[in-house]
Amino acid sequence: MSARLSVDIGGTFTDVVLEHEGGYTTTKVLTTYDDPASGVIAGVEEVLEQAGVAASEVTSVLHGTTLATNALIERRGAVTGMLTTLGHRDVIEMAFENRFEQYDINIDRPQPLVPRFLRLGVAERTLHDGEVAEALDMASVKQAVATLCDEGVESIAVCLLHSYANSAHERRIEEFLKNEYPQLSVTLSSAVCPEIREYERFSTTTANAYVKPLMAAYLASLAQKIRHLGIGAEMLLMTSGGGLTTLATASEYPIRLVESGPAGGAMLAAHLAVQHQFDEVLSFDMGGTTAKICLIDEGEPLSSRSFEVDRSYRFKKGSGLPVRIPVVEMVEIGAGGGSIARVDELGRVQVGPHSAGSEPGPACYGRGGTSPTVTDADLVLGKLSANHFAGGKFALDTDQANQALYTNLSQLSDDVTQQAFVVNEIVEENMAAAARAHAAEWGRELSSRCLLAFGGAAPLHAAGLAKKLRMNKVVIPTGAGVGSALGFLLAPIRFEVVRSSVCDINDIDYTQISLMLDEMLGEASAVLASARAPLPWSERVNAYMRYAGQGYEIAVRLDRSLSNLRQAFETAYAHLYGRVIPDMPVEVLSWTLALSGAREATLLKPNLSVVDVQKAGAQRYFDGEKQIEIPLYLRPAGRLDSAVMGPAVMVEDQTTTVVPEGWRCTTLADGALLIEEEE
Amino acid sequence: MKVTELKFQLAWNRLLSIVEEQAQVLMRTAFSTVVREAGDLSAGVFNRAGLMLAQAVTGTPGHVNSMADAVAKFLRVYPLSGLKPGDVLFTNDPWDGTGHLNDFTVVTPIFSADSRCVGLFASTSHIADVGGRGFGADAHDVFEEGLRVPISKLFSAGELDSSLMSIIKANVRDPVVAEGDLYSLAACNDAGGVALLEMLNDIDLVDLEEIGEEILRRSEAAMVKAIAAIPNATARYQMSIDGYDDPVELCAEVIVDHAEIRVDFSGTSPASDRGINVPLAYTQAYASFGVRCIVGNEIPNNAGSLGTIKVSAPEHCILNAQPPRAVSARHAVGQMLPDVVLGCLDQLLVGQAPAEGSSCIWNPVFLSEAGAQRAFVINPIFNGGTGARPSKDGLSTTAFPSGVRTTSVEVNEATSPLVFSQKEYTTGSAGEGRFRGGLGQTIRIAHRHHDGFVVSKMFDRVNHPARGRNGAGAGSQGRVYVESAEIGERALPGKGRDLVGPGETLVLQTPGGGGLGSPADRDEAQTIADRRNGLI
Repeated sequence: MSARLSVDIGGTFTDVVLEHEGGYTTTKVLTTYDDPASGVIAGVEEVLEQAGVAASEVTSVLHGTTLATNALIERRGAVTGMLTTLGHRDVIEMAFENRFEQYDINIDRPQPLVPRFLRLGVAERTLHDGEVAEALDMASVKQAVATLCDEGVESIAVCLLHSYANSAHERRIEEFLKNEYPQLSVTLSSAVCPEIREYERFSTTTANAYVKPLMAAYLASLAQKIRHLGIGAEMLLMTSGGGLTTLATASEYPIRLVESGPAGGAMLAAHLAVQHQFDEVLSFDMGGTTAKICLIDEGEPLSSRSFEVDRSYRFKKGSGLPVRIPVVEMVEIGAGGGSIARVDELGRVQVGPHSAGSEPGPACYGRGGTSPTVTDADLVLGKLSANHFAGGKFALDTDQANQALYTNLSQLSDDVTQQAFVVNEIVEENMAAAARAHAAEWGRELSSRCLLAFGGAAPLHAAGLAKKLRMNKVVIPTGAGVGSALGFLLAPIRFEVVRSSVCDINDIDYTQISLMLDEMLGEASAVLASARAPLPWSERVNAYMRYAGQGYEIAVRLDRSLSNLRQAFETAYAHLYGRVIPDMPVEVLSWTLALSGAREATLLKPNLSVVDVQKAGAQRYFDGEKQIEIPLYLRPAGRLDSAVMGPAVMVEDQTTTVVPEGWRCTTLADGALLIEEEE
Repeated sequence: MKVTELKFQLAWNRLLSIVEEQAQVLMRTAFSTVVREAGDLSAGVFNRAGLMLAQAVTGTPGHVNSMADAVAKFLRVYPLSGLKPGDVLFTNDPWDGTGHLNDFTVVTPIFSADSRCVGLFASTSHIADVGGRGFGADAHDVFEEGLRVPISKLFSAGELDSSLMSIIKANVRDPVVAEGDLYSLAACNDAGGVALLEMLNDIDLVDLEEIGEEILRRSEAAMVKAIAAIPNATARYQMSIDGYDDPVELCAEVIVDHAEIRVDFSGTSPASDRGINVPLAYTQAYASFGVRCIVGNEIPNNAGSLGTIKVSAPEHCILNAQPPRAVSARHAVGQMLPDVVLGCLDQLLVGQAPAEGSSCIWNPVFLSEAGAQRAFVINPIFNGGTGARPSKDGLSTTAFPSGVRTTSVEVNEATSPLVFSQKEYTTGSAGEGRFRGGLGQTIRIAHRHHDGFVVSKMFDRVNHPARGRNGAGAGSQGRVYVESAEIGERALPGKGRDLVGPGETLVLQTPGGGGLGSPADRDEAQTIADRRNGLI
């Protein structure tokens, strides 16, 4: 017997999933911040015991963690210094020299991870074509490093201009540091993010340097503890790009581990899309504080290379630290079960981005919360059942929910149900607006997609959101509560390499680009080989191209022949923006090569039996016009023998699914619920 | 509670997201770098009377009121009754649009299936070149600044006016970009139109008239409430700036009068002989932006909220310049207006206004010498420091009131032969105070191959620094000079074109922001931190 283990450390809980021939065994344990590895080990021991699987039978260990992200948000990383080209020490503090919120004079950009007195210049200069205009002055390096060490620096970010074009100076500095200061952790900008645009590259480099000592120590300690349990398999780490990587790579580039949880969710959605043959999917993950939306085409989540850590101002674009890493592209908005509703000075209901969180939580939790939340509205509308929440472990307090809504939203109406209805409509409209904007930005259609919903609050709002987006098909998978950890089990081993080389496509030296791509392939292959990635391996080459003079590049997928670059660009451009400009020169800024191993086959053989639907009672429900009584079902453990017609609700331990009037609910082969609008 | 209240709220939310989408489409498809990188664009939706109901929050306040007023002007030339589906109107007239020839405004009426106009979309973006002398402050009248297209029909019932398009293309230096950008403007209005019709259908509305009226009513009421919280009074403030050849005096009087705020610029200097004059709509935009930074700043921009702030300036003064005055670099004066308005408001709303800042963006155009072997043009943006804020320091090297972003040094070097050997905070450039101003920066630029190059400048605060308030110091003034081993330093004026000779280095120092409060009251820990970080 063999088994595969997956662990996701989230902000509150650590989810552990063991996949074995008998199915999934899962547990949730509280994240132990002081020593996260010990919480993981406790959870692992628990699932092994429950499943009756011996440690030696575990063939793979997959891990994703939010620890790097938390260290960045809470500024708990290493004391980090920066060595940079003389004359440019303020790049990470000047940022884009803009304000992300036009009308608020009191905004501040995020504090840079390295303060100015720890950012020191060294004499050197490389130009954009790699030419060295001024040789590296090692004396200036020695002096700067000595100063940084006196300040107690533990980690150094080496950030030289145009190092993506020629990394020689950065590598000489690295060699010097390795020899003279072996105790220092070092990150080179040319290694972590060899891409043009110094602010984004330096920001990524300092973020990596900042979390590297902490993450390297944590990963080493966890790996050792796992070995002590008797598990022989090497641990692989989930990255923000939706692929797995080795322990060694993860310790070197821990910045690639941020957002691994949401990436895992996207991989689960992608897997389900393939399994159920949905070509185009919109995944929708709604928890307590935020909702995340991701476009998935032909089994691949949309990917990009830009992400912001810690959008501290209402999740607003521009208010975080930019990092350039391969990421699953998704939009996150402040809309969750705990999002607080209020009436603003214009009489408009605003829902979120402030959240009541889990403490005190929504008013109906009865833990002292007095602000009306989305969950309170769900309860008042009869979407949630007071007695079936969290598997019936604690009853929701309808009086408190009523009270909170009534007290805070009386300006709208004196009817609590109407107040709740408005809250529900507005939060769903906010999510729909985010989805529409995201689809518009990426040139995608929505209405033909299937909405794949997971996370505690998503099944309550999925059908409502689908209606607003003119989608007529919603799928609620099983095990949605540990979706990220399940997703890790479905991810391939992958490594992406990037190089910048700015060039008009008419002047491209194909031999040189070909050599460069071979080198990139070699780099990625080494990572896959050390991870023993299953064959066959597949590569994906993207060129980041634009019309000369434009500000944004678009990713253009190419084959290795690199033929018809212009045509490939125009096809991609027209797909996004609807038209092309015939005579405009086209240029390439960067190239990426991603190499993926085959996905490991799941051990699971879903063979669900057909069961009768179990009615657990009736519930008062507001259908938008009047109160009606609707049936409440328990979510079946197998496949349904007949369709459940809406309006109805279906409860399970971690969530409740709403089937609106005019929609019907059936099950798919793996037990996922399929909710469709009737013709 | 009426069902119409929910409908109304959904519709308002939806309109706000439709205009954001409209702006997104424009930003992604525009060709002019300044639009894409810097967000120099605007997009909005209007009712049949031409009143603006919602506008996207984009990079530039300069378009706010100017675009809001534009649609009514279009409808006076082309009354709604004569417009058909597929008609697209446009202009770049500085006095009908947003203040200089580079900004094209496109207006598209949207019709329902039964051919009734349900609303209009307008969008504006900055097109890199419109002929003439090119973007800069040097022209003596608007005719030197390029092609001027009065309010016209670009498309009639879906048919392009190809003669008009060919005239435009024949008059600009980069016809492909200009044509692309005009299509991009039309396309973003179309995208807005599609989304609007979908929304009317989803929410079951026939047009925007009824909900529009409510949007305007509530926005106005919210502004009135915010204004009513300020005591009725009058305040005056005056500020001198560099101008082109001679200094310009900006004089403002702000009158809070129950339900409205009036801003008047009587006493301000007359119009200039050069291209720094400001048409009134642009004056109104930046003056009201100054008010809105601290009064009702969460209320969305629309005809209702904007109508509560009335801005006037005497005809023929530099802030109400009349045709054919040159206006290309109207931002160099217009962006100074929030400082003047906030200077007035500081007297009425004590402890809420920031100090004077660098304010006008420094956006030089660098180009090759005529006939140079390696021709290039780049138009980077650099900023100075903002004024200290009521309870914190100003922002260093940050655009305010403009919302634009800078471009990267590496990209500037990759797309030109220039090398930026320094781009760093200027130590000691912030105005001292209990809260200090933001720092300016020092930029050193030389030609990689030691050739000469040309710089076109539209800089201010070279002679007139940003002043501090309440006992605080002024920010350091900007500096522009050339340095070389042979001649040492040679100062250049803040405006106009100059040649940087072979082997010379151009040095730009952007201004620092003014401080607030006495330096003696500054928190000791902040002084220590500033010293440690080499900021002072």
